[in-house]
Amino acid sequence: MALATRPEQRDKQQREKQRPTRPVSTAGRLWRSTIGKKTVMAVSGAVMLLYLIAHMVGNLKVFFGPDDMNSYAHWLRTIGEPVLHHEWFLWIMRVALLAAVIAHGVAAYQLSRLDIAARPVKYVHQRRRTSYATRTMRWGGIILALFIVWHILDLTTGTVNPNGEHGRPYENIVATFDTWYGNVIYFVAMIAVGLHIRHGFYGAAQTLGVGSPTRDRALKVTANGLALILTIGFLSVPIGVMTGVVE
Amino acid sequence: MNLTLRIWRQTGPDTEGAMTTYEVTDVSPDMSFLEMLDTLNEDLILRGEEPVAFDHDCREGICGACGMVINGNAHGPERTTTCQLHMRQFEDGDVIDIEPWRAAAFPVVKDLVVDRSAFDRIIGSGGYVTAPTGSAPEAHATPVPKAAADTAFEHAECIGCGACVAACPNGSAMLFTSAKVVHLNTLPQGGPERESRVLDMVDTMDDEGFGGCTNTGMCTTVCPKGIPMSSITTMNREYLRALRKGV
Amino acid sequence: MTTPHGSYLDYRTGEPVVDTKAPDGPVAERWNRRRFEAKLVNPANRRKQTVIVVGTGLAGGAAGATLAEQGYRVVQFCYQDSPRRAHSIAAQGGINAAKNYRNDGDSVRRLFYDTVKGGDFRARESNVHRLAEVSVEIIDQCVAQGVPFAREYGGLLDTRSFGGVQVSRTFYARGQTGQQLLLGAYQALSRQIAAGNVEMHPRTEMLDLIVVDGRARGIVARDLITGRVDTHLADAVVLATGGYGNVFFLSTNAKNSNATAIWRAHRRGAYFANPCFTQIHPTCIPRSGDHQSKLTLMSESLRNDGRIWVPKERGDTRAPGDIPEDERDYYLERAYPSFGNLVPRDIASRAAKTVCDEGRGVGPGGQGVYLDFADAIARMGRPAVEAKYGNLFEMYERITAEDPYQVPMRIYPAIHYTMGGLWVDYDLQTTIPGLFAIGEANFSDHGANRLGASALMQGLADGYFILPSTLADFLARHPHDEVPADHPAVTEAVFGVTDRLYQLLSNNGDRTPDSFHRELGELLWDECGMSRSDSGLRKALDRLPALREEFWRRIKVPGSGTELNQSLEKANRVADYLELAELMCLDALHRAESCGGHFREESQTPDGEAERHDEEYTYAAAWEFTGSGAAPVLHKEHLVFHDVHPTQRSYA
Repeated sequence: MALATRPEQRDKQQREKQRPTRPVSTAGRLWRSTIGKKTVMAVSGAVMLLYLIAHMVGNLKVFFGPDDMNSYAHWLRTIGEPVLHHEWFLWIMRVALLAAVIAHGVAAYQLSRLDIAARPVKYVHQRRRTSYATRTMRWGGIILALFIVWHILDLTTGTVNPNGEHGRPYENIVATFDTWYGNVIYFVAMIAVGLHIRHGFYGAAQTLGVGSPTRDRALKVTANGLALILTIGFLSVPIGVMTGVVE
Repeated sequence: MNLTLRIWRQTGPDTEGAMTTYEVTDVSPDMSFLEMLDTLNEDLILRGEEPVAFDHDCREGICGACGMVINGNAHGPERTTTCQLHMRQFEDGDVIDIEPWRAAAFPVVKDLVVDRSAFDRIIGSGGYVTAPTGSAPEAHATPVPKAAADTAFEHAECIGCGACVAACPNGSAMLFTSAKVVHLNTLPQGGPERESRVLDMVDTMDDEGFGGCTNTGMCTTVCPKGIPMSSITTMNREYLRALRKGV
Repeated sequence: MTTPHGSYLDYRTGEPVVDTKAPDGPVAERWNRRRFEAKLVNPANRRKQTVIVVGTGLAGGAAGATLAEQGYRVVQFCYQDSPRRAHSIAAQGGINAAKNYRNDGDSVRRLFYDTVKGGDFRARESNVHRLAEVSVEIIDQCVAQGVPFAREYGGLLDTRSFGGVQVSRTFYARGQTGQQLLLGAYQALSRQIAAGNVEMHPRTEMLDLIVVDGRARGIVARDLITGRVDTHLADAVVLATGGYGNVFFLSTNAKNSNATAIWRAHRRGAYFANPCFTQIHPTCIPRSGDHQSKLTLMSESLRNDGRIWVPKERGDTRAPGDIPEDERDYYLERAYPSFGNLVPRDIASRAAKTVCDEGRGVGPGGQGVYLDFADAIARMGRPAVEAKYGNLFEMYERITAEDPYQVPMRIYPAIHYTMGGLWVDYDLQTTIPGLFAIGEANFSDHGANRLGASALMQGLADGYFILPSTLADFLARHPHDEVPADHPAVTEAVFGVTDRLYQLLSNNGDRTPDSFHRELGELLWDECGMSRSDSGLRKALDRLPALREEFWRRIKVPGSGTELNQSLEKANRVADYLELAELMCLDALHRAESCGGHFREESQTPDGEAERHDEEYTYAAAWEFTGSGAAPVLHKEHLVFHDVHPTQRSYA
């Protein structure tokens, strides 16, 4: 009967090779698909965003002097008592945040791999600004990941902090921002945070399907607003230290 | 006018390609871009060289066969199909770079011709309503609100040219896939297969090696039929809804 | 030049060809009777029978999907890279159906009557009635598939009236009805491809038909990517390869639409009916220069609101806006007061040619007339005009760089559709048993002229409903038996194809395929276009053999046959056009009457209207191939009109 032609056979082989069996569980299916991975990024991003907002507001305590700041830091350890043991809340939050960071990072890494593989040959005639947002997210993400490591070593464990005294966050903060490199690292990271939130918030809204043509403007304004407020809020601390408002 | 063309020449799927320079003279501004290539090809044949291979058919902007990246833009400087681009968009002495669609899922067949059969497989995995011939109820049995009919039509306009994939920095087929998902999922006729459609089509899209969406919006800016970005958001929503409901 | 090939003029008239499949009885009952009398194939046996479908347009796509749904093994082909790109996609206006949703007096009977009359009484009554009956099911089917037809605010389907009829029976999806209907069929087909019921071969072109013991048993096809020539064998072959309008080079057909499949079938024994019946569409964008590669049609729905005019004075070069109202000639409204700008296509086209021939044409070369929306914009407001015709206006502006909201459009007729095609009986079977032709590829339903919005109707009727019923009867009577792959008829066909490709590749002449195609197109447009004369047709018939000879002597095709070679594809198609053109001219010459799309200068009324000669020409002319360059044999199928009495068409 009909002789199958070569391309058909090639197609078929390719498809069979490419098509892995689909996981049946909802979570498995979610993690396998690009939209699912982006959903993971959106949700974990939202968790981190909420945390950042609280973190930023907490940071502003620094302007009320060492006592306010240090007692606020102490209070954080007592949240949930007596139901929760001392510092349990903090640890629960740290674990949740760590999970969010890992999920966000792994999904981002895998998606980037897929995206880069999807365009193996580049165009000879390159256009300007084609992938501005994508590049910002990728480089910004890497910068932030490195920053988080430094930030924890600096102000959580105190390992690399010039002061490094437990229970005295106010003094530790001031010590960090008394160094030039502390300021540089922090400024770069906070600008990266702003840009990351600006595109990430908008993208997350699209991924979660809450965007619509009528909401588009509102989403963009909110994204820009959040990015701006968080960047300024965070940067106000080193600026305060630099200008001597905080010492 | 006289132009310099730099065209991607590649003899077959497994061979190396390169940009080759040609001069064309006496180009009329009323010519379509493909007619300009026709005249080049007539010359090449008479000189005993192989003409430039490119896909084209209706030359009315509706079949979706034509498509090349012109100076880094999918379909060229105007938001239309390559066949509807006219030489009045260019000026005497211009250098024009012409390249094929670039994506892992669209391997080059020859010169500017690529294999877009991945699109057919995406449609085959769910881009239909199961309505075997003869089984249809009377057409007026189910009224469709005009707004839904209009939305469905706007998305059904997609011509499957692949410009969205070519323009996307990630070689993503989200706009193509979402156009069909939104078309059919908006209509009551598409209701019974609403969940399986979006899940299966997205799975196939991922399996074919297209990248993910990073919300750059490049796809919509080149789409000759103006499929909106909200199409992707709606598909994301449909996808997550389908996952929640489970299939 | 002497006419050594004058033999073509010495055609012979053979036995009449008779449609034996149409049942007798009242026309309205024939389709039901035929379906009941048809034999059926046991569902368990369907999988054993293979049907080849060539083409994936409305007819082919619908047929392939439906046959696969019914359980047959379908092997389908298209030359495009995807079945979704078949040229049905470019149809703009709409699809007729006798739903009578408007309560404006429409009925199956009226659609039947309008189509027979519109076809200028050269179509078969039984076929047309069946078409009108099936039309209502098509709309149901397409709506169920999710085709987004235009709707009213109440959620019900909208309709409009369309070229040449006075009821509102045309369903539409903005200006992209063909696209939406085709995507519906394509999606249904895609489902069957994914399910493994259809073996789809895109980018594969049929180059010959395999006939074994008088029965169509397969095709020879070339994989356009690898150049591989393969045979595909089956129990029946369905050609859904569209029309042959591209023989004119400039037409509204897609660039790669071609006549090779039907012409090869004709050479293998299928009669070719009414080849001279070609439709010239009145509302196309005029050509802009010698570089023109194809013509773009704009939906004739534009004529619903646009007014067609030219200056009263010849050689008036003023801008349209500067020509006062009383110096404009709204010639259609003047000559045909009751139909005005909505007269059928053939009449509108010829009227445009007449005023241009008088020197009153507008635009470059005087080859154009105005289609003016100023009144419509004043009456309905620009937003309403934009909503209705926005995409057409945009397309026009893109091509011409003129804004039709400001200046009237310029339009000129162009070849658009071919009513002629392979002769088929009521079952859509050609004169080769086992070979069926559907859609534009056959000649059946439109007579000498097709009404607007009827092509989509016919393609889908054939593909979804008619062929699947009638083909079952054939398959039931011909249980599967294997044809050996090395059967002499198979090897002969393959050899013929590869030999011809070799000849084209090895000739190394000095002219390109396009240069021959252009020359052929100009000759046909001049002598066998909108208006034909005895002397002109004889001139063409004299020139064609010489042109063909020159083609085989001077053709140059670069590259090889084992790769994607678009020049080779083109040259191979042009070779067939050069043969088909001769049959078209002969058919046009032999039919010394004017009817429908065929206007013979010798046959007109004193006031210049087309004049039919029913006593001599009430037949379909089915031509039999007798050998390359040899005179064909004419077989007449006499047409009988029981239900619609032939009258001279009058649209005054």
